[in-house]
Amino acid sequence: MRELRYCEAISEAIVQCMAEDPSIFVAGEGVDDPVGTHGTTKEATRLFGRSRVLDLPNSENACAGVAVGAAAQGMRPLVVYTRQDFMFLAMDAVVNLAAKWRYMYGNKGGVPVVTRAVVGRGWGQGATHSQSLHSVFGHFPGLYVATPASPADAKGLLVQALRLDTPTVLVENRGLYQLTGPVPEEAVPIPFGRGRIARHGSDVTVVAASLMVHEAERAADLLAGQGIGVEVIDIRSIRPLDETIVCESVARTGRLVVADTSWARYGFSAEVAAVVAENLPGALRKPVRRLTLPDCPAPVSMPLEQAFHPNAGRIVEACLDLLDGGEVELSAFDDVASGVVGPY
Amino acid sequence: MTSTTHRGLLREMVRIRCVEEMLADLYRDEREIRTPTHFSIGQEATAVGVCSATRKDDLVYTGHRCHAPYLAKGGDLKRMVSELYGKQDGCAGGRGGSMHLVDLAAGFGGATAILAEGISVAVGAAWALAMRSTSRVALTFFGDGAAEEGTFHESLNLAAVRKIPVVFVCENNNYSIHSPLAARQPAGTTIWQRAQGYGMPAEYVDGNDVLAVHRAAAAAVEWCRAGNGPYLLELRTYRWREHVGPNWDRGIGYRTEAEVDSWIDRCPIRRATAALRAEEPAVDELVDTWRAEFDAEIGAAVAHAKASPFPPVEDLLDGAYEDALSSQPGRR
Repeated sequence: MRELRYCEAISEAIVQCMAEDPSIFVAGEGVDDPVGTHGTTKEATRLFGRSRVLDLPNSENACAGVAVGAAAQGMRPLVVYTRQDFMFLAMDAVVNLAAKWRYMYGNKGGVPVVTRAVVGRGWGQGATHSQSLHSVFGHFPGLYVATPASPADAKGLLVQALRLDTPTVLVENRGLYQLTGPVPEEAVPIPFGRGRIARHGSDVTVVAASLMVHEAERAADLLAGQGIGVEVIDIRSIRPLDETIVCESVARTGRLVVADTSWARYGFSAEVAAVVAENLPGALRKPVRRLTLPDCPAPVSMPLEQAFHPNAGRIVEACLDLLDGGEVELSAFDDVASGVVGPY
Repeated sequence: MTSTTHRGLLREMVRIRCVEEMLADLYRDEREIRTPTHFSIGQEATAVGVCSATRKDDLVYTGHRCHAPYLAKGGDLKRMVSELYGKQDGCAGGRGGSMHLVDLAAGFGGATAILAEGISVAVGAAWALAMRSTSRVALTFFGDGAAEEGTFHESLNLAAVRKIPVVFVCENNNYSIHSPLAARQPAGTTIWQRAQGYGMPAEYVDGNDVLAVHRAAAAAVEWCRAGNGPYLLELRTYRWREHVGPNWDRGIGYRTEAEVDSWIDRCPIRRATAALRAEEPAVDELVDTWRAEFDAEIGAAVAHAKASPFPPVEDLLDGAYEDALSSQPGRR
C-alpha cells in the first residue's frame, strides 16, 4: 500500500468526503490561509474554494454554536481548531448543545458537527497551548472522541466522523503530522469504539492513546530485545471505548500500563483502570501503572518540558517494574514529538 | 401562520395568553408540570408580531422563555402541553421540557436554555439556508440579559461579516431574573445601537404594540430575504410574573407595584383591543368568544397530556446516540 504522511492522510480524507458530500464544509480560523492548518486544508481550499472552506472570526463560542445550527439544518461542518486549548471557549456549544441535541429534542436527529482539534505540545508551547482534552470531552454522552495515532486511522476515523450523525471530536497531536504510514487510497471508514492491537505480546499490556501509541511501540521494541512481550493497544477512540480489546488483553497478560497524554485524575487512564477493575477483578497480578502528565500545567523551559511528558523510557521502566525484570540500558530516547520546531 | 390583520394578531395574542394563564394555574395548583417554566404573560406582542411576519418555512430559535414564540410560529399545542407534563408524545419526547420546545414542521427550530446560545445556533441555521441558496431566513428571540453574553457580540459580528440572513429579536423586558438593566449595561447605551456598531440595520420598537412589531419584523425579514444580511430588532416589553414559575412576584422588592401596574395598563392585548374598537365595536365580545374557544382547546390539550403515557424507563438511553451500541455497556 502507498504511504502518506499523517497530515496528507487527513487532507485526503477531507477532499474525498467533500467531493462525495456537498453538505460538508470546513470552517475555522485561518483554514484557507497559505499554511492551511499544517497543510491539511490547503488542497480542500484549492479544489473547492472559499465557499466551502470558510475562514472564521476569532469567536470560538459563537462559531461552535453556528456549526450546531448549520448541522441542525442539514450541513456537515468540519470545524478546525489550531490549538485545542481554545475549545474551552467553545464548550457551551459542544457540550450543552451538540452532545445533547439529539436526546433533548426527542431523538429526531443529531447535529453532525465534526471537530478537528490540534494539540500543540512541544517547542515550549506551555500551559495553554499544549493540552489534549480528550478526557474532558470523553466525559459527555452524545459525543464521539477519537485520538488517531497512525496516518491510516487519521484518515479512516475522519471519514467515519463525516458520515455519521454524531458530533465528534478528533484529537490530533501535531507531533504526528509528519509520520508516514500505509493509507488506503479509497475513503474507507474506521468504526469508532474498536481499538487496534499495535503490537502483540503476552507479558504486559500497554493501553495508549494518540502519541503514546508510538512511545509504547518503541518501548515494546526495546523490551522485545530482552525477551519481554509487550502488547500495545492503540485505543483509537476514547468514546465509545473498546472495553473488550482491553479486557481480553489484560486477561492474558495480567499486567496493565496505561500511557496517556493528559492528566491522571478523572481521565482516560482512570477510565481504563476502572474498566479492568469492574470487569476483571482478579486478573491483575500487579497494580495498574498509569503514565500520565505530572499534576502541574505544562512548563516551557526545555528540561522541564522534557520531564513533563511521559515517553518510551518511562513505559519501559513501568513494564519492567511490573515484571520484576530488573533494568534495561536506556539509550537516550527522543520523544516521538521532539521533531516539532518553532517558531509556532 | 397567524392572520396578519390586526384582528388576527389580537386573536393569536389572546390564544397565547389563555394557554399561559391556564398552564400557570395548573403548574401552581397541581404540581404535575415538573419543569422550570418561564411564562411570557404580558409580552405576547413580541412573539406574535414577529412570527406573523415569517413564512412557515422560516426558522425560529429562542432562549428559555419560549412558549409564546413556539405557539406564534405555529408550534403544536398538544405536543407542547404533553412535553410540559413529561409525556412520551411531547414535542421532545419528554426529554426536553419547557426550555427545549421544538417543532420543525412549524419552523420552530428549538428553544435553548443557556443564555444566548440560541443566537449562534440561529446564525448557523441561517447560514445553512443561505449556503443552499434558499430564500428562507432564520430568527432568534433572546432577552436583554443575553445581550451581555459574549456570543451575542460574536454572533452579530459573524452574521454581519458574512451577510447571513438572520433577524436578531431582542425582547427587552428590563430584568435578568431580578437584576434591572441599569445595573447590567452602561447608562446611555442601547442594545439596538450596538447592532449598528456591527454595521447592520437595527430598530427600537414598542414591543407591546403588536402592529408596530409586525411592521418592523416584516421589514427586517424582507431585508434578510433579499440577501442584504442581518437585522436587529429591540422590542421593549415587560414580564408580568416571576422570572420562572407561575406566580406573581409583587412585593418581593426588586420592582415597585406601581411599575408593574403601569405595564399592566400597557397590556398588549388590551391595547390591540382598544385600537380595534373603532372598526369592530363588538371586539370585546369577540375576545370573550375567542377565550371560550381557546379554553376548550387548551383544556382538551391538557386532558390529552394527562392521559398520555410517560416515556418507558427502558427507553432512558434512547437518543443519546444515533445507535444504541454507542452507549457503553454497564454505563446506565
